[in-house]
Parts: sequence; structure tokens; C-alpha cells
Amino acid sequence: MKIAVCVSHVPDTAAKIKIGSDGKSIDPTDVTYVLNPYDEFAIEEALKTKEKLGGEVVVISLGEESSKESIKKALAMGVDEGVLLKDSGFRDSVSLAKALSEEIKTQDAKIVFMGKQAVDYDNSIVGQLTSEFLGYNCVSVVVALNIEGEKVIAEREIEGGKEVVETSLPVVITAQKGLNEPRYASLKGIMAAKRKTIVEKDAFAFGNKLEVLSMNKPQGKQAGKIIGSDASAVPELVRLLKEEAKVI
Amino acid sequence: MANKILAVLEQRDNQLKKISFEVAKAAVDLGKKLNVKVEAVLVGNNTKDSLNAIGGYGVESVTLFRNENLTQYSSSAYSKIIADFAKELEADILIFGNTSMGKDLAPRVAVKLDAGIAVDSVKLEVDGSDVISTRPVYAGKALLDVKINSAVKVFTIRPNVFNAGEPTGDVPDLIVEENIDQPDLSSKLIEIKKAEGKLDVAEASIIVSGGRGLKEAANFKLVEDLAEVLGAAVGASRAVVDAGWRPHSEQVGQTGKTVSPNLYIALGISGAIQHLAGMRSSKYIVAVNKDADAPIFQVADYGITGDVFEVVPALIEELKK
Ligand SMILES: Cc1cc2nc3c(=O)[nH]c(=O)nc-3n(C[C@H](O)[C@H](O)[C@H](O)COP(=O)(O)OP(=O)(O)OC[C@H]3O[C@@H](n4cnc5c(N)ncnc54)[C@H](O)[C@@H]3O)c2cc1C
Ligand SMILES: Nc1ncnc2c1ncn2[C@@H]1O[C@H](COP(=O)(O)O)[C@@H](O)[C@H]1O
Repeated sequence: MKIAVCVSHVPDTAAKIKIGSDGKSIDPTDVTYVLNPYDEFAIEEALKTKEKLGGEVVVISLGEESSKESIKKALAMGVDEGVLLKDSGFRDSVSLAKALSEEIKTQDAKIVFMGKQAVDYDNSIVGQLTSEFLGYNCVSVVVALNIEGEKVIAEREIEGGKEVVETSLPVVITAQKGLNEPRYASLKGIMAAKRKTIVEKDAFAFGNKLEVLSMNKPQGKQAGKIIGSDASAVPELVRLLKEEAKVI
Repeated sequence: MANKILAVLEQRDNQLKKISFEVAKAAVDLGKKLNVKVEAVLVGNNTKDSLNAIGGYGVESVTLFRNENLTQYSSSAYSKIIADFAKELEADILIFGNTSMGKDLAPRVAVKLDAGIAVDSVKLEVDGSDVISTRPVYAGKALLDVKINSAVKVFTIRPNVFNAGEPTGDVPDLIVEENIDQPDLSSKLIEIKKAEGKLDVAEASIIVSGGRGLKEAANFKLVEDLAEVLGAAVGASRAVVDAGWRPHSEQVGQTGKTVSPNLYIALGISGAIQHLAGMRSSKYIVAVNKDADAPIFQVADYGITGDVFEVVPALIEELKK
């Protein structure tokens, strides 16, 4: 059985964001790109699922040549093979999901892991979109998972608690922090990854429905008032919250 | 030209959620600008009465799809019912909340309708016949203006940003009930594990958050006490979640929750970029931190450069007065 994990290569969360000359995307100079943090949980869960159920894990990433770095990281963690769906420029989530679903079909993977969110555009929708294109079940923002035969029990995080969902294979699971502790790539893993192949293909073409008009810097919030440096400032703070901000 | 807007409401335990009013209001405001009608839909096992509250917000009608197996969210059942209904209505703009349900549901409905989707909108404006959505990206470090070019368009709106205000119109007698016989329960909710009696940061209008400045887990009593007098939810920085002092569900920030309450109080939190990512869109921010150079003061409306162990007890006292 094939297990697929989709990963995204994104700017490091500490990166300073500058707007590029097109006014629609970021200037990538001086930005370090990393494997999307949530995708580490997805990779770990794919590996654990393979350890439990057998099969092979394939990592898929859509992007430029540089996305191979994230694919390599997954291979070093223990994933069996990698696929780069080559593409450049802006692709909306629907089009991205369509391309991923086409590759997942080719791979005939019945269990698919993704991160709950890519920390670039923070969309949190690619997993759900992909499942719908595939006609698979989907549980998003998962913090606990158990697959027994065809049956899938997953816990997803919601406001103020968790939902326990029962569904069945084939399924797309999007991973939230807490699902597992991602393993580190061992030296052996890193060496082994060097021998693993990364297949390169052109990403399935599918027009965008979403158009980016412009990217802007948020208006910097004005640093406010420092009211004081000890407890004597408290009455004034409470007054301001009541009378100026009117929030309490 | 747009034809009709569909506002997708949410309920829990037979109660409309706060986001439902925000979605209805955002849809009605957009409808006015585009000069199109707005209808609302709810899936659940609600009583008709529970829907009266939405009436005054200006929607033309509310359609309730009922079945006892639809009390709780099911992605397979809800997405099918809503997509089918949108087709029947010929709705070409759908608005959902960017909540745990809306984020799960909206993309699935979008694919069923061959629609484009723009999520997490903080502003919806009209330019000619286009709807322009503004949304934070890169954890709030940039804003993107987008529009959707497909015939059907799906938007989700960030909670707490589109102020619902008070209902203005009359409660219309426009609630339509439809019974669903055989919902598609290929994904089914079998249990809800509620975090005991706690208000969730993603839904609270006031949040009191603590960071490493509290020194140890036990001192979070101070944060909890302040939260209690304010009727607020407790939040946390990643540093204290990683230390095991607080659960991850309370973490605010880039790898935690994104919140926009009316008031966010940061206690002993330095204000790292990843923390700011989750809370900078709060309407008012208060910071208490010993270090006057802490970055949290750059986003705070009101700051006290003092010791939390001295300031917070005094604040609790003052509020109790
Ligand atoms: C990929 C990635 C994702 C991340 N995601 C998140 C996230 O989602 N959320 C998040 O919060 N962080 C996140 N971080 C971590 C972030 O970078 C910071 O490390 C973290 O926010 C720091 O937490 P803190 O402010 O509690 O601790 P510190 O930075 O240690 O700050 C403690 C503050 O308390 C003050 N202080 C100390 N004693 C007192 C006292 N007695 N009275 C008043 N003030 C006092 C200090 O002056 C200091 O400013 C992420 C990091 C990475 C790399
Ligand atoms: N370019 C990509 N290639 C492969 N997988 C992706 C890509 N972008 C996003 N994903 C997957 O979709 C998840 C959610 O992304 P998003 O909906 O963009 O927040 C990510 O955590 C990845 O697992």
C-alpha cells in the first residue's frame, strides 16, 4: 500500500518579509526557506503508519527546484521516494490541490498526509481541497489518529475542545501540532537519502481561479502609551480600558 | 454580476454561534453594495426558534436542513447539503466563518461548485462587480488583496473582525425547514471532548495570556484569576506550552491560534514575531513586562513596564472594586 505525504517549502517563520518588485509577492532575497513546520508532523505520521501497516511512503512537493531541499529532508527522515511537481509562479490552492490529486492518483495512495497549514499564505485548505478532488474522506487539524483496517478514528482540534471523527479509507489527514513528535534525520538516514531518487515531472496544468491584485505591508500599529512602571499605574489602566477603549 | 449571496451559519448545541451573526452581517453588507439578495443556511437539528435571532440582520430567509444525525458537524454530510442547496439557489457568492468548521467545510463545498476560494478575509470590498478580499499572509507580516475570477466564489471571514452589531430589522417569518432523510455520514462525529468549562481563545472577546515571565506553571493562577474577573479566556506563549505549563490549545501565535479579541492582555510575554503573528490584529493590546525594550510594547496600546507579580494582583483588586 502507498502512503503519500505532501510537503511545502516555505519561508522560515522568523523571516523578514519584504514586498517584491511585482507588488504581488515577497522578495525572496535573504529569505531562508524551510520544510513547512506542520509538514514535519505529517511526515512523522506517514512513517508511523507505514511502520504499523506496511507499504511505502512517497513525498510529493509542488514548486521550484529549491523544494527538493524539503523533499530531501523527508527522505532523510525515512520516506522512501520523492516526487517534485515542477512549477513556478503563483498557483492558487485549488489548482495546487488539483495537481497534487492527479499525482496521488498516479501513485495510487489511499492514505494521504498533509500539514494543517502552510506558513506562507496560511490558507489551511489544500488538504480538504485535495480530498474533494480525489473523492476521499478527509479529517483536518488532527491531533490523534488510529487506522485499523479500513476504519479511521481521528481527533481534530476545534474551538474549546476536540471532535472525535470516525471515517474510512481512502482518506486525507491534515496534521496539527500534538499529533506526534517528529523524528530527527539520523546520519544513516541522511546518507541513505542521497541514494534515493527524486522523480521530477511537470505539475498538472490547471488555471487559477484566484487572482492576486496586490501585496501590501500592514499599517504598523502605533506603539501606544506606557502608563507607568509599577502597580501605581493600574487605576489609570483600568480607566483607559473603560473610558477610552471601552472594552471592559 | 452577482446573483445571490449565501451566508453559511454555524450552530453548536442548538445555539447559533457568534460567527453566524458576523457572517450574516458581512453577507448583508456585501449584498447591499452589490445590490443582490442574501439568504442564509444552517445544517443541524435545531429548533426553528433557535434561528429567530438571525432575523434582524437583514437576510431574506434562513433555510434549516434538519436531521437528528446532523446535530454535530459531519464534513461529508454538511458539504453535500450546502453545495446542493447553493446550486439550487443559484447562489454565486458563499460566505463562511474561518472557524474550525468553516475551514474544513468551505474548501470541500468550493470544489463541488467548481468555485475559487479566498480564505480568512478581514475586509470585503466591492470594485465594480468584483469583490476584493483583503487577508493577512506570512503570519500577518503582509496583506494580500485578492479577487476570484470563477463564476462561483467562496469566501471565509476571520472571526471577531466583521462586527455583527445589534440586529436592526424585524425578525422575519422566513425560516424554511427541510428534512434531510439520508445524510451522507461517511465522516461522522462520534464524540466531542470539551476542554472542561473553559472559554476558548479563538472565540473569546477578551484574552489574558501569560509567558515565560511568569516563572513557573503554578504562577498561572494569577493569569487565571485575572481572566476570571474579566470573563476572559486564558492564552499562552509557545515558550510556556513547550515547557508543559499550559496545553497547546491555549497557544497563541503562528503555530498556535490566531486571535482577534477586543482586548488582549500579554503578561510576561516578550512579543516574538511568531507570537505577534497570532494576536496583532486584536483591537486593544495591553502589555505588562519588566523589560521596557520588549517588542510586545511596539504593538501594545497600553503598557506597564513593571513586574507581573506586583501589577497583576493590583489589577485584579482594582477590577473587583
Ligand atoms: C517555527 C516557530 C514557530 C513559533 N510559533 C510560536 C507561536 O505560535 N506562539 C508563540 O508564542 N511563540 C512561537 N514561537 C516562539 C517564539 O519565537 C518565542 O520563543 C516565544 O514566543 C517566547 O515566549 P515568551 O514571550 O513567553 O518568552 P520569552 O521570550 O522568554 O519572554 C519572557 C518575557 O517575560 C518578561 N519577564 C520576565 N520576568 C518578568 C516579570 N516578573 N514581570 C514582567 N515581565 C517579566 C521578560 O522581560 C521577557 O520579555 C515560535 C518559534 C518558531 C521558531
Ligand atoms: N506546494 C505544495 N506542495 C505540496 N504540498 C503542499 C504545497 N502547498 C501546501 N501543501 C500541503 O498542504 C498543506 C496545507 O497548505 P495550505 O492550505 O496552503 O495552508 C501543507 O501543510 C502541505 O502539506
